[in-house]
Formats: sequence, C-alpha cells, structure tokens
Amino acid sequence: MIAAVVLARTAAADVLPDDRADIFYSKYSGGGMNITGESVLVRKKITENLAVEANYFIDKVSGASVDVLSQASVIKDERKQKTVSVEYLHDKTTYSASFITSVERDYISDTSHISLSQDMFGDLTTVTLGFSRTGDKVGENNGTAFVPKVAWLGHADTRSYDGGISQILTKNLIAGINLEVVADSGYLANPYRSVRFLDTQTPKGYGLASQVYPDTRTSTAVQVQAKYYLPWRAAVTGSYRFFRDTWGIVGHTLELDYTHPFGKTWILEGRARYYRQNSATFYSDLFQEAAQQNFEARDQNLAGQNNTTIGGKVTWAFRPDGWLFFKRMTATFDVERIRFDYTDFRDIKDYGLPEYSPGAEPLYQFNAMVYQIFVSAFF
Amino acid sequence: MRRLTRVLPCGALLLLGACSIQPWVKPYERDRLADPIMAWDRDAISAAYLDHIRESREGSHGATGGAGGGCGCN
Repeated sequence: MIAAVVLARTAAADVLPDDRADIFYSKYSGGGMNITGESVLVRKKITENLAVEANYFIDKVSGASVDVLSQASVIKDERKQKTVSVEYLHDKTTYSASFITSVERDYISDTSHISLSQDMFGDLTTVTLGFSRTGDKVGENNGTAFVPKVAWLGHADTRSYDGGISQILTKNLIAGINLEVVADSGYLANPYRSVRFLDTQTPKGYGLASQVYPDTRTSTAVQVQAKYYLPWRAAVTGSYRFFRDTWGIVGHTLELDYTHPFGKTWILEGRARYYRQNSATFYSDLFQEAAQQNFEARDQNLAGQNNTTIGGKVTWAFRPDGWLFFKRMTATFDVERIRFDYTDFRDIKDYGLPEYSPGAEPLYQFNAMVYQIFVSAFF
Repeated sequence: MRRLTRVLPCGALLLLGACSIQPWVKPYERDRLADPIMAWDRDAISAAYLDHIRESREGSHGATGGAGGGCGCN
C-alpha cells in the first residue's frame, strides 16, 4: 500500500502532491460483525521538498465472526492506529519514512517503513524500493467484553521487502508491477479460533482444541496493473495479483475499475473484484481425532474461499473552485458489497446434530456491506 | 562459441548504457496522465481502509496494501 501510494504520487512529476486533509467515517457489517471507523488525515508540505502526514484511525468492533461466535464469546473492542509519515524530494528521488502504531486491548502492533522512489528515463519510469518491519504483541482476552482480562501469549515479527515499477507506456496508458516478500515469525495464530475434531462422547459430536501454527511464514505477492485513459475522459484500471506462501496458500485477485468524471463537480467510479484462495496445508474443518498432526488450524482466513465484490464511489466537489484558503473541497461516498463463499469451512454455529452430523453442515457463506463517507479539503 | 555467448550480452549492455533513452511520450503529451482520475489511488485514506478490510478476511496480503496493523482477530 505504502509503495503503491508513493508510486502513484511520483509517477506524474517531480513534485510532492498538494496539501490535503480528510475526515473519514466507515462502517462494515457482515458475518456477525459490525465495525465502525473514524479517521482524520492531514498532509502538509513544510517546503517544496518536504512533506509530513499524520493519520489517526479508530475502529470499534462489536459482535464476532462465526468461528468465534460458535464458542459463544461475543467481543467488543476498539483499535486505535496512529501514523506519521515524512516525504523528502531531492531532484528525482523521493525518500519516505512512516511509523504506524496500532493498539487494541489484546493486540499491539508497531510498524516502521522506509522507501525510496526514483524517476528515470525522462520521467517515464518510476522505480520504488521499500522495507518495513512490524513487531506485534499478541494477547487473548479471557475476561468478558466489559471486564477484560488479557493474557499475553507471545510476539510476532514481520519483515517486508517491496519493490515496484510504474511505467508510462503511451500518452494514454500507464502500467505497473509490484512485488512484496513478507517473512513472519513468532506467534502467528489467532487465539480466538479453535480446531474441531470428531468426538462421539460430546453432545455435538465434536470437541474443540487450540490451534497450533508453524512459527514462521514466508509469502510472495506480485501484482501487475494497467490504467488507460479513454477517449471520452474516463479511466479504466485492471489489475491481477498472484500470492503464494509457505503455508500452501495460493491466492488470485482480479480487479477492474472504471472512473468517469462529469465536469469538474462529479466523479463516478464503479469497480468489481474477484478473489480466490485454496486452504493452508495444515487447515481442516474437522480433524479425525484430537492432536491429529503437529500443526492444526481451523481459521476461516486459512480456509479455501472465493469472494466477489461490487462497489461504487461518488465524489462531489461541493467547492470546486475553492473556499477561503482551500483550493478545492470534495465529499465522497463509497459502498461495496462483498459475497464470501467458503469451500471447506462449515457453518457450525447455525447447524449441527441431530439434523447435520459433524462434517456435513452446510458450507459457510455470508454477505458484507462496506460504507465509507469522507470530506476532503485540498489546500 | 561459449565465449561469444558471454561476450554478446555484455556488449549489448554496454551499447545500451552508452545511448541515452529518449522519452517516447514527451512532457507536453502527458496532460491526460496527469489527470487526477489517472492516479492509482485517488484517496489514500480509503485505499488503506479497504486493504485492511480485505487482509483481515483473506489469506493473501502484500503488493497492494498492508498499511496498518492489528490482528483483525474478531
């Protein structure tokens, strides 16, 4: 993301982008969860070559996903994330550094990111290289939503290496390729999710046990994308991402986006996204016995799934010619509907004995709605 | 023959390095590319949020996003 934004910003010219402030509100609902988010972002050029950016994000979670719900523990939590970034432009090189800290009651994460972006070949090509390091402290709330009792379980360390090339191909076409290699180590499991195994001695026909994950994971993701300016002032974007990791997950992401402005007041955007992955090698919806193998998971994120997203976005410039010291002010509404279909993760919250024996429950599926509304001021 | 296959690529690289690549899209032809609708991400705050939503629910990550932390456990 950081690399992509830097690419986008520097692809056009050797100048830093305009100053900008955003006030943002979001809502996600689906799969038993409701999450609201509020955010403020301010970006300011100190000089023509130096810009700083600060972002504060808070999201509030109520409910819990199906595998957590199936153990009857409803969670209320909030996450506060602070980001500070600095960008320095020297000749045709942009140097960036970001620091992100995210705090939840049972999860603390700190990320540092540095990147370097270089324009070359008559500014037709922009090459970006970046590195980030994240340290996570992972805990589990063994109390209730209102009287928390957090036990800290371990730490995770993430090192990410990213690189990208953005290339102007014609006066209407720009293309890019991004590569990111991520190495995780430490406590990587989700403590709120459990594996289940056949146990005829229990009323449900299965028992639950803690997940056991490998303590390392290495992943590689490659994304190619292209953006084309159509003859009637509109843009179409296509992208494909390939993902593979040492846990056996292979993921494919396809995205298509169409952006159409109307005068200087309105911009409409429509998008479609398709995602597919197979399950991790140590994932199973139902193990045949307790402690069947060394590593065991039943986290829905590691299950086989495909999901389809349809989304739209409207940007309204309610002050297209500026107001006071603002050059332009806009309001944006964005909505997405995501359909999740799991291929080997079953719904054990709503279905079970006597009608459905363990392993014969219907596969889990759900719809999610994602709303965003934000006001942006450029100055 | 083996020596030739080694020398030829090196020679080609030297020749490439000696000539400067001329931009085939001139600066005055880039007005369309400079249009805000041609930015990869028009709104960074929104792109980061959507990336977080997806990474919290999918096994894949990277190359498009990842700004931000948290486990997305719930």
